[in-house]
Amino acid sequence: MRKFESYRLRWFPMVFGMMALLLVANAAGASSPTKHFVSEGESISEAIERAVKGDTLIIRAGYYEEHEIIIQKPLTLIGEGRPVIDAGDAGDIFLIAADSVWIEGFELKNTGFSSQNDNAAIRVFDSRYLTVEDNRIINTFFGIHLSNSQHISIRNNFLEAFEKRSHRTGNGIHLWQCDTALISANHVIGHRDGIYLEFAVMVETNRNIVENNNRYGLHFMFSHDNAYYHNEFRNNEAGVAVMYTRNVIMKYNLFEKSLGSGTYGVLLKDISNSVMKYNRIENNTTGIYMDGSNNNEIHYNLFRRNGWGIKLLTSNDGNTIEGNNFVGNTFDISTNGRLVTNSLERNYWDKYEGYDLDGDGYGDIPYRPISLYSTIVERIPSAIILWRSFMVSMLDRAERVIPSITPENMKDLKPKMRPNDIDFKPE
Amino acid sequence: MLKLLKYSLYNILRTRFTLLYFGFLLLATFAIYSLDHDLARVSLSLLNVVLLVVPLICIVFATVHFYNSYEFIELMLAQPVNRTTVFMSQILAVGISLSLAFMGGIGIPMLIYGGEASMIYLLFVGVMLSLVFTGLAYLASVMTRDKAKAIGITLLFWVFFSLIYDGLVLFMIYVFYDYPLENATLAMVMLNPVDLARVIMLMQLDVSALMGFTGAFFQNFFGSIRGTLISSGVLLLWILIPVYFALRVFKRKDL
Repeated sequence: MRKFESYRLRWFPMVFGMMALLLVANAAGASSPTKHFVSEGESISEAIERAVKGDTLIIRAGYYEEHEIIIQKPLTLIGEGRPVIDAGDAGDIFLIAADSVWIEGFELKNTGFSSQNDNAAIRVFDSRYLTVEDNRIINTFFGIHLSNSQHISIRNNFLEAFEKRSHRTGNGIHLWQCDTALISANHVIGHRDGIYLEFAVMVETNRNIVENNNRYGLHFMFSHDNAYYHNEFRNNEAGVAVMYTRNVIMKYNLFEKSLGSGTYGVLLKDISNSVMKYNRIENNTTGIYMDGSNNNEIHYNLFRRNGWGIKLLTSNDGNTIEGNNFVGNTFDISTNGRLVTNSLERNYWDKYEGYDLDGDGYGDIPYRPISLYSTIVERIPSAIILWRSFMVSMLDRAERVIPSITPENMKDLKPKMRPNDIDFKPE
Repeated sequence: MLKLLKYSLYNILRTRFTLLYFGFLLLATFAIYSLDHDLARVSLSLLNVVLLVVPLICIVFATVHFYNSYEFIELMLAQPVNRTTVFMSQILAVGISLSLAFMGGIGIPMLIYGGEASMIYLLFVGVMLSLVFTGLAYLASVMTRDKAKAIGITLLFWVFFSLIYDGLVLFMIYVFYDYPLENATLAMVMLNPVDLARVIMLMQLDVSALMGFTGAFFQNFFGSIRGTLISSGVLLLWILIPVYFALRVFKRKDL
């Protein structure tokens, strides 16, 4: 018995010592992040220098003239009362090459233009777990520029650029070779491409408003398996262009006011196995331009007041265009040949003049959406000036009865008598 | 002048033709509204009425009315009134009554069912076309003494402007499509009041398609309010010039 007690006592200091050691280690280590405060007149770069991995920097309201603020360790930078960081046209503002960085609440401005360097308000390399939230990024060349990064969240930022000469504008949100990202509720104005993705996979883009950009609102290439929900693309110089990608989902978006030749509500170039549903495509010169795209589902969209609803080239194959509403478009569909390998079904066409004797809600005679005159206009653009004249209406009507120039098989066998009931805004 | 205008209007009202015209437009517009629920389609159907029916009725009615009130005109000219006053009161009376009938016939259903911006243009264009074709009718009427011949000329005007002219332009476009045709076609459109009215409406209904043009001049023309202003200006000339010539002929004419 005594022997046993002494045995216990002998061990006690050792256990205690180890516990104490652990505690000390904890205090010095990651589990107790320090808050550093930076006020106007102090340097953010120096504060970052002093901070250790995992610290939080609170940048107080004020005006900071700094650029090339390099972050190479996990840090949280929070602007309190929206501090302004002005790069004075000298280059990048935040340069990040570290995991777990959080940037929130800043106003970042004036990166200046460079033909050598993609100056950006926030430029990120080889990072993971990055969050960029609630920043105002004003008058920058590029806005948020990421390359080779994963697990990114870009939310609630406002980006505006004012440069009008297109070669001097950069992209708003630019992702190159990224994986797993969320781009949500940002507002991008006046950049070259509002949102630009190249080799960016597994990206969800939702609730962004992208307008008045100098080139495309949304531009992506080789960015597979991405989803786009509830975005608004409006009045961008060249509309939206997406290319060389498969497995894209686009739902509940609004594409509007892309006006001009070579400007498209949505340009689908080599897009395959993708889904476009419940989108509103309004007031564009060309609603959707499809080239080399295969096996896509274009269902339940609204095409309203476009010059051309869909330009469906013969290079497309196996697409289904179903249940859409075509209302008030000058021309519903046009194509460039007689080959038809895409299917049209159950769409509502406001120009349909058939009847429904059996009362099943579908017209009894097929609708041919390609007007003769649209093929004439395709060849001779200035002929559009005669559109809606009595002469042209007669020609068009005759062609619809006996198709001779337009492809005979391009027809909707079950045109709806009434518009499809589509809910464009489910939350 | 006002007194004469009053009597002329009274004469027109007595024939009841404008009332009939008003009733017809009213019925047609109500029918169009009840058939189509989409306002864009309503404007389109109404556009066809405006481009085809309105010119025809205006030109025929104005011609017939001129000959029917020939004696009245002769009587008035026997009084110490100058010819310009007599002629202008006649033409104004016809123009006003036709425009009012049109505005009422199309406008009342619009007020009831509601409309959109393009319909205001439709009303404007309709009134302008009524006046243009009234002017043309009077020009044709003062040129000849024979009522049948005058009606023939006016019908020719109508067929030419609504149908043949567009055919010719289309033919031109087809033949010369290798050449830059934008400005030429625009100029040709200016030479036809029906086309002008149509283009003003195109700029409302199909602006998205019109913006597909590559020509900078076209972009400029269609992309701003300027195109509408220029077209309306030329349409106004289409009212003033025929009336001016008709008046000139009438002043020198041996009745």
